[in-house]
Amino acid sequence: MLQLENLSKTFNAGTVNAKLALNDLSLTLNNGDFVTIIGGNGAGKSTMLNAIAGAWKPDSGRIIIDGEDITNIPEHKRAKFLGRVFQDPMMGTASNMWVEENLAIARRRGQKHTLRWAITSAERNEYRELLKPLGLGLEDRLTTKMGLLSGGQRQAITLLMATMGKPKLLLLDEHTAALDPKTAATVLGLTDKLISEGGLTALMVTHNMKDAIAHGNRLIMMNAGKIIFDVSGEAKKKLTVEDLLSHFAAASGTEFASDRALLG
Amino acid sequence: MGFINALLSLLNALPGAVAQGIIWGIMAIGVYVTYKILDIADLTVDGSICTGACVCTMLVTNGVSVWIAMPAAILAGMLTGLLTGVFHTVLGIPAILSGILTQLMLWSINLKILGSKSNQGLSARTYNVAITQLERYKAIIILLVFVAALIGLLYWFFGTELGCSIRATGCNLNMSHAQGINTNFTKILGLVISNGIVAFSGALLCQYQGFADINMGRGAIVIGLAAVIIGEALFGKFTHNFAVKLLCVIGGGIIYYIVYQTVIWIGLDTDLLKMLSALVVAIFLAVPTLKAKLSSNRKKNGGN
Repeated sequence: MLQLENLSKTFNAGTVNAKLALNDLSLTLNNGDFVTIIGGNGAGKSTMLNAIAGAWKPDSGRIIIDGEDITNIPEHKRAKFLGRVFQDPMMGTASNMWVEENLAIARRRGQKHTLRWAITSAERNEYRELLKPLGLGLEDRLTTKMGLLSGGQRQAITLLMATMGKPKLLLLDEHTAALDPKTAATVLGLTDKLISEGGLTALMVTHNMKDAIAHGNRLIMMNAGKIIFDVSGEAKKKLTVEDLLSHFAAASGTEFASDRALLG
Repeated sequence: MGFINALLSLLNALPGAVAQGIIWGIMAIGVYVTYKILDIADLTVDGSICTGACVCTMLVTNGVSVWIAMPAAILAGMLTGLLTGVFHTVLGIPAILSGILTQLMLWSINLKILGSKSNQGLSARTYNVAITQLERYKAIIILLVFVAALIGLLYWFFGTELGCSIRATGCNLNMSHAQGINTNFTKILGLVISNGIVAFSGALLCQYQGFADINMGRGAIVIGLAAVIIGEALFGKFTHNFAVKLLCVIGGGIIYYIVYQTVIWIGLDTDLLKMLSALVVAIFLAVPTLKAKLSSNRKKNGGN
């Protein structure tokens, strides 16, 4: 359903700070794939997600979703295909706006913003039902300003927002990295649930190798803007952290340079 | 006796201060839309308030009804916002600089609208105007009706899907992009609305004072910010309601002009007023930073 064809991107091209962030990267996702992505700092994980989301145009290559070439479609028009959750819990929601206003904006993702009232009362019940299973008491706080909620609460709501309307592809960019371990586990659990219930296709960047192994049906490892290891199905289930480290050393010729990944 | 006379002259000036305060409060609501909602400091307003006044004055002095001249002034103001918005979004010029560029262009344009004169009279004795300082109480009542209509309109608009997308844009660009909001469009729309409101206040001001002047917008952004800040500081704690917040901005404008009249009454050199306005705004804008520094110093010293 998603095809990345020979994507390349160099930042600060022509300067001493030039950085080849994506190097002729190709990837094909099948419907319902839940792919975890690992790799050291600067491997190109977030860059790949940003390329799909349309933060900038790649230097070369094509991005295709369900047969439609979206390489030249601006970011705000791609949003109807995509659900996105960022690493920073503050990034995914508007802090000055109420919980229900944030949800209402997400519900209308990809639609025209009209002069109709932003939220209907029928929606409010829908949002309450949506928030109840989180067990965070948010169903009674629809008119609380987002900025008053904790990072975990905001990230949980961002996840709900991202999965509303069944996006073709869910992009999770280290979305639990800024949370404490207990909250991170809760949000990861919610991620699993929302993806399986919705039958969504998802890309999840994580710094935690154990999480990368435990979640999803497929795992890819990146280094220097390329995919250096791609495993799925039974082979993925049998993976260990040690396996991943040795694969990394073999494929990249260096040690895996992120303590976070090992300690996490 | 001298003191009582002086006091009477102050009291006599108060209705005028209230009327002017409401007019500048309307202007400050325009500033509120960009500064508070869209998170852009838009300097277009120094020019667009004058544009509103020039368009209204020239139309009325040429025989057009004031009830057509005012919408025309609003439309002209919206165009100035559109220009700044295009500079900022399509051409990628920083927001503050975009506003400054439009403002400078407007100085020439406003002169041309005034027929290459630096001012143009709009006496209520000669022309039919909606408000005039010759009838201050009537002016205040009419202005309050305008305020009620404006706040009602904005309360509705910022509750719609479109209005919410502007609010989200000002609050969080990342979120807005992820949720499919075309933030270039929402920024332009916000600037258009804001400068339409500001031009409306200009159209009211020229009628009230009986003339339009090429320099009447100088420092308008500072007065607008002062009204927003005063309104927030004095009444902000009592409300989270958007309509009441806008009403507080009007209150801020009125208090600004009452203080202004009082300062004149005390006998302060009026040449210094703009400097004082700017200093007051600077102090209020500095409060969050100063507070943060103060509390971090306390922490360093082992205090609370």
